Amino acid sequence: MNTLKRIAQLALGIALIAPSAEKAAAQEKVTLLNVSYDPTRELYKDINAAFAREWKRRTGQDVEIRQSHGGSGAQARAVIDGLEADVVTLGLAYDIDEIAQRGRTLPADWQKKLPHNSTPFASTIAFVVRKGNPKHVRDWNDLLREDVQVITPNPKTSGGARWNYLAAWGYALRQNKGSETAARDFISRLYKNVPVLDAGARGSTTTFTERGIGDVLIAWENEALLATKQLGPDKYDIIIPSVSILAEPPVAVNETVAAKHGTTKVARAYLEYLYTDSAQAIAAKHFFRPTGPRSLARFGNEFPKVPQFTVDQLFGGWAKAQKTHFSDGGVFDQVYSVSQK
Amino acid sequence: MTTPSIASSSRVESVRGRSPARGSGRSVLPGVRLTLGFTVAYLVVLVLVPLSTLFVRTARLGWAGFWDAVTAPRALAAYELSVGASIVAALVNGVFGLLVAWVLTRYRFAGRAIADALVDLAFALPTAVAGVALTTLYSQNGLIGALFAPHGIRIAFTPLGIAVALTFIGLPFVVRSVQPVLETLPREIEEAAATLGADRWQTFRRVILPALAPALVAGMSLSFARAIGEYGSVVFISGNMPGRTEIAPLLIMSKLEQYDYGGATAIAVAMLLTSALILVSAGLIQRRAARHAA
Repeated sequence: MNTLKRIAQLALGIALIAPSAEKAAAQEKVTLLNVSYDPTRELYKDINAAFAREWKRRTGQDVEIRQSHGGSGAQARAVIDGLEADVVTLGLAYDIDEIAQRGRTLPADWQKKLPHNSTPFASTIAFVVRKGNPKHVRDWNDLLREDVQVITPNPKTSGGARWNYLAAWGYALRQNKGSETAARDFISRLYKNVPVLDAGARGSTTTFTERGIGDVLIAWENEALLATKQLGPDKYDIIIPSVSILAEPPVAVNETVAAKHGTTKVARAYLEYLYTDSAQAIAAKHFFRPTGPRSLARFGNEFPKVPQFTVDQLFGGWAKAQKTHFSDGGVFDQVYSVSQK
Repeated sequence: MTTPSIASSSRVESVRGRSPARGSGRSVLPGVRLTLGFTVAYLVVLVLVPLSTLFVRTARLGWAGFWDAVTAPRALAAYELSVGASIVAALVNGVFGLLVAWVLTRYRFAGRAIADALVDLAFALPTAVAGVALTTLYSQNGLIGALFAPHGIRIAFTPLGIAVALTFIGLPFVVRSVQPVLETLPREIEEAAATLGADRWQTFRRVILPALAPALVAGMSLSFARAIGEYGSVVFISGNMPGRTEIAPLLIMSKLEQYDYGGATAIAVAMLLTSALILVSAGLIQRRAARHAA
């Protein structure tokens, strides 16, 4: 026991004094902590195994990647409060922005470090309807019909729900030549049709599938595909609207912590690996859309084509979208109090 | 969060009240200083420090910011709902918890041990599991919800559903507070009351209830304290509609989601003060009841 402790101390000492000795210590096992959000548990389990093999082949070093999952915001707060993540892979850029701003463990321009807004794989917002689509829901405007009940989580507590909201807002803007007033009215009428605002995305899925409440569930496409696969393809259909948002769950090296752990190199390699063909293939298997034209051409064929806008294009980035729409007294709060009257 | 504080504060009082270590007289019990020191240190580390951090965080908002955060219409609606549903749950538990405790102590029947163990299940069950199970039962297509739905009564996703969940998690507090007192209550007292010509109702109201009252009030206060901070089981059944079925703990979560730590702690402080006020009044009632019984 004591000898073990000595060795551990010695190893720690070496790691601290000589970070350049990474090669010499190549035989030592290295551990990464990937702090991620909820729906990526299975995805990263597969990717981590593949990366560990790849890293072993490349450097001869064993790498163990620990996973932590939870709501995107809660995970970000944990990292801000000191959870020692080497990499963060969260549901929306806003949460990583907050880590940069409050935790100061990664630079403000973190999103420029990797291709496609640091988003190795993406998704979009789709509709899940009951089998045969009895209410004939085809597009966003069908969600406003009086005979349609819509299930979506509360955007104040759920990061996923904010993507749903922004997708609807973007559609309304496009339909109404960019009129904000019209978009506001659209959102207000949409939320009038929402009988339950679950705290998280999985809660909404349960409300729709287990409780049988609602005609349409607004969800991430990957979650929708997973849910229908697990709960029975004979029960639900997935509808892709005429236009939707590019849902980008970004990734970043939590630089200060990785430097402290001496894991910067392997952490970077891990995130870069997410862009390789083998990782993209795994992501596609877990229903995430590959990003980048080349990967999309190779692995994206099973996904229906849909014109997508981005948060940057329509809302000027997440920080702005969050402040305008979801902060206290923001558009959602205003619209919600109106839609309830 | 408030649960340990109420239980332990009364304990501290009793230590302080009777402690000979305080006066100049010699101590009857050995190790009073040590145990008192331990108790105080324990309370400071586990209760006082975390709670005071709450106040420190809130202080950063300043008065105006604090006042705005705690008096926003949504916040007011949330306190009303949280406090109201918790009081309803505590009252319901007061009646039915007493009944359960009565049956468990006074009657011997097959499956009594199982029924007794079931009471603790509400303690042991992860609240999220309780929430999901209750929602399944009480939603419009659930086993119980379906019975009420045709009459236009919706339980899940309404304040009623919230009260149901809070009643569920609070029940063991009342049962476990009342049970030991009931067990030690000599039957002879009841028999004596009967010989003196009291009918059953009079015996219950004039003899048994006063003896039980302190324990009953304590149990109901615990049930209330537990309910007011409850998040896990409620978020599933409440539906979280802002201004209508949004409980105060959810409001705290939604503020945290915006990284508004100050606003979140402000709501927490407001809730804490409200609960403290209600618990102190319950404590006074309890003390009066105890004096009355004695």
